[in-house]
Amino acid sequence: MIKVENLTKRYAGFTAVNNLSFEVEKGEIVGFLGPNGAGKSTTMRILSSYMPATSGRASIAGFDVFTESMQARQHLGYMPENVPLYPDMRVTEYLNYRASLKEITGARQRERVGDVKELCALKEVENRIIGTLSKGYRQRVGLADALLHAPDLLILDEPTIGLDPNQIRQVRDLIRNLGRHHTILLSTHILPEVEMTCSRVVIINKGQIEAADTPENLVNAMRAAGGIRLEAKVGKDDGVAELGKLAGVKEVSVETEDGWSVFTLRTDSRTDPREEIWQLAAGRRWTVRELSRRRATLEDVFVEMTLGDEV
Amino acid sequence: MTKFLTLLEREVKSYFYSPIAYVVLCFFLLLTGFNFYSSVAYLSRSPSELTVVEATFNSIPFWIGFILIIPPITMRVFAEEFKMGTIETLMTAPVRDWQVVLSKFGGALVFYIVLWAPTFLYFVVFENVVKTDAVNATGAYYGSYLMVLMVGMLFLSIGCFASVLTQNQMVAAVICFCLITLFFLGGLIAFFTPNISPAFRMATSYCSMLEHMGEFSKGMIDSRRFVFYGSGTVLMLLLTHHVFQYRRWKS
Repeated sequence: MIKVENLTKRYAGFTAVNNLSFEVEKGEIVGFLGPNGAGKSTTMRILSSYMPATSGRASIAGFDVFTESMQARQHLGYMPENVPLYPDMRVTEYLNYRASLKEITGARQRERVGDVKELCALKEVENRIIGTLSKGYRQRVGLADALLHAPDLLILDEPTIGLDPNQIRQVRDLIRNLGRHHTILLSTHILPEVEMTCSRVVIINKGQIEAADTPENLVNAMRAAGGIRLEAKVGKDDGVAELGKLAGVKEVSVETEDGWSVFTLRTDSRTDPREEIWQLAAGRRWTVRELSRRRATLEDVFVEMTLGDEV
Repeated sequence: MTKFLTLLEREVKSYFYSPIAYVVLCFFLLLTGFNFYSSVAYLSRSPSELTVVEATFNSIPFWIGFILIIPPITMRVFAEEFKMGTIETLMTAPVRDWQVVLSKFGGALVFYIVLWAPTFLYFVVFENVVKTDAVNATGAYYGSYLMVLMVGMLFLSIGCFASVLTQNQMVAAVICFCLITLFFLGGLIAFFTPNISPAFRMATSYCSMLEHMGEFSKGMIDSRRFVFYGSGTVLMLLLTHHVFQYRRWKS
């Protein structure tokens, strides 16, 4: 659906996107992650035919975004960052205008505008002036606009930025529903959201791809994928040495907290040695007050990938 | 074509969404009304060879109003879209750059025509009240309004160009005002400096709106003026189109 080959965008003095290549297959929901200034918006703007790349190629549904820009735009619903809208128009009026621009006219226009208003829950504000709407509603107007021509592909640049937690949840549910019929590329900083909605993640940093895989694989592949926390009184035993002997444990560290030893075990994500730990503790008559497992999250992956050099 | 009409409709409507349109309309009608009144008053004071139309379309208040009215019409056309970022939503819809440029120019032109249309009533009222013709031939009406349209087109295209240069409306207005004032003053060089070379005099008079309006308001319709203002407008719109693409691609 999206094919990006060796894409580079240079501005005077700096390179925003550097030799980027990736693909998005039909039906995927792909999260496009990276710190601010990593080149996410630039890439999305190139994909949306808003501006051309310095070099390299990008195509949408087989149409080159520069040379066959009109066809590419027909297959794409794009929601820019901060959702710029005309504040002086009314919601329905705006959607009708956008529909006409996308060559949806007559009865089909009425049908599509009605459909997207329904889908994005805009019925109650359909006659309001866009300038008076709250951020959440504006976001939905932008999304409704992107959906008007029933595009195969949606590109959403930070669809949940500036929304409150309830609105974020609504937008997330909406995106997940849309994912059944559309291919979606979305950028966001809210990583739990990506874990919940995206089937694949592309992480970019300084204009280059750091990783591209499913969220699970990325988490599993992390150096320290998981951790186990054990709080116990071990008496005279050397807890660190004992725990270190268990299979799958890579590293053990210990701290003391009001008389209790707090062990942190690093394991690989596939093994869960909690049963062995419990048996060890029971055998040695350790008093245990906590035994828990913490899985690494996408956030850990993100931080490791994008801060890699600095920490 | 439907896309162009959709864009044009939005442009024309956008003038009337904001109160600026009504302020400009009022201000303009006051000014042209005053101008018409003072022209009639001038002619009634002493015998003159001028017709009412000539006196109206060649006076100082006429030119002041004419120049002042252009910047507020065109200042926002591109600047506002760049400022609000709506240019991104607009240009990622399947529309072509030239459609956008032409619709912005067209919208400004429609509003400009709406501004001028009521002024024709002055002459209708005059003829009915005074029972005297305001002109010596119908050609003078056509000529005057044609010239208003042609100079208007050139100035509006200059205004569009000024607006595409910046995202600040005030800056766009000032650039536009300076450019059209310079152009206007260029036509006055021959008046102020009598001893210039004939070739230079020819050149300035070829570009002098004042002289063109003088001819046209007598009913002398000269095809050279169509070529001059037509090609000027096309040139400015081409420049606008290029700068528009350049700015979008640079951002």
